[in-house]
Amino acid sequence: MNVQAKKPGPPLWLLFELTYRCPLHCAFCYNPTNFSGIGPELDTDDWLRVLREARALGAVQLGLSGGEPLARDDLEIIVAEAHRLGFYVNLITSGVGLNETRIAALKAAGLDHIQLSFQDSSQQMNDFLSSTRTFDLKSKVAALIKKYDYPMVLNVVLHRLNIDHVAEILQMADKLDAEYVELANTQYYGWAWHNRAQLMPSRAQVERAEAVTKRFRERNGRPMRIYFVVPDYFERRPKPCMNGLGSVFLTVTPDGMALPCQAARMLPGLEFPNVRDMSMENIWFDSAAFNHYRGDDWMKEPCRSCPEKSRDFGGCRCQAYLLTGDAANADPVCDLSPHHHLVTEAVALADGPRPIESAPVVEKPLVFRSPANSVRLFS
Amino acid sequence: MTSNSISIASRPAIDRRFRLQWESAQNAHVLLYPEGMIKLNTSAGEILKRCDGQATIADITASLEQSFSTGGLSDEVIAFIAMAVENKWVAVL
Repeated sequence: MNVQAKKPGPPLWLLFELTYRCPLHCAFCYNPTNFSGIGPELDTDDWLRVLREARALGAVQLGLSGGEPLARDDLEIIVAEAHRLGFYVNLITSGVGLNETRIAALKAAGLDHIQLSFQDSSQQMNDFLSSTRTFDLKSKVAALIKKYDYPMVLNVVLHRLNIDHVAEILQMADKLDAEYVELANTQYYGWAWHNRAQLMPSRAQVERAEAVTKRFRERNGRPMRIYFVVPDYFERRPKPCMNGLGSVFLTVTPDGMALPCQAARMLPGLEFPNVRDMSMENIWFDSAAFNHYRGDDWMKEPCRSCPEKSRDFGGCRCQAYLLTGDAANADPVCDLSPHHHLVTEAVALADGPRPIESAPVVEKPLVFRSPANSVRLFS
Repeated sequence: MTSNSISIASRPAIDRRFRLQWESAQNAHVLLYPEGMIKLNTSAGEILKRCDGQATIADITASLEQSFSTGGLSDEVIAFIAMAVENKWVAVL
């Protein structure tokens, strides 16, 4: 009955994952763990054509991400065309590779916004904040962002190994003159899913971090907006993921696959169209993959008869698939889900004593996102 | 600047952190900002597109009254601009 569902509105939010190449190796990355085996990247002309087609459909916000988008040397060309077409252009970057030449060119090309993310750039997680090299790099990039009159927007992914440092993170953000700070708890997809047991904070850690954030918000001083994104494993209702798949959001992967969310490429049974073969209009309105989770015909109980289904759309399809093996199940974050115990068990495990803290040699080490590890995981 | 200081002589302009544009796909004006968008209703769009930093609120009101063949919009325009200033969509000069 999906054909009878209301015609969807435009894909207002377009995300280009320009490349899976990245100078960093974050263990919490949501990129697919098999990225090293994924085919060639789209070329410049493909990206420009997709931009034009998506803009004609009404796409207006453009995110440029990756991997590290600065690894593409045609980034400035893509930004310029997006700006010419009327997109509001957001660059989501680690800052690695952002020198004055490039930021000046990006500004001239019409880039509207830069979100600078902080992450661990080394394998020494304990150096997360004390790493002088990282701090120097970020300070330089932050100064460039200021110099070119962009708002200073920082994103920090939180997990078990850094969440106790929220106070230091916020002090650092303050030192960098941040206007907005997003403290985003890890979402468990891709590499983060693989490393979930090592990254999941305990409930006590989350509560402490929230309390520290609250105190920081209430301090007197320079205004800095802080968003604390609570990890959904600690909630009882799921997030309204993507406002429902296929409703406003469209991602294009480095190899041209069109997805209704960044993580969806893992969902089984759906053949995601490639922008090399199909127009954006056909992809958005006609492709089976984009229509599959529109409306609520795909839902199972308890979602199907749930009065809250129009608010949260059953939560995240990828999380339902990863945890229960069936993407049409309720997101088990919901305590109405018969699989909710899978979430509470993962949290309980995080609350208990941990090998990573009790023994110098851990049975299952953290696996960092790297081409070598990607090959190894799939060999 | 607080909303109290807004008068018919104020010259509002879209704040530099926002971008106003017409979106034909949505048949509406929108305000764009980092990773977000506000879809405006017709009157909000008509007021904001006249906020160019040159026109006073009196000019804007007169222009709206002429375009829509009506009168007595002054209070409504002032209230909207005050709200827009509060939300930092608009700065007044």
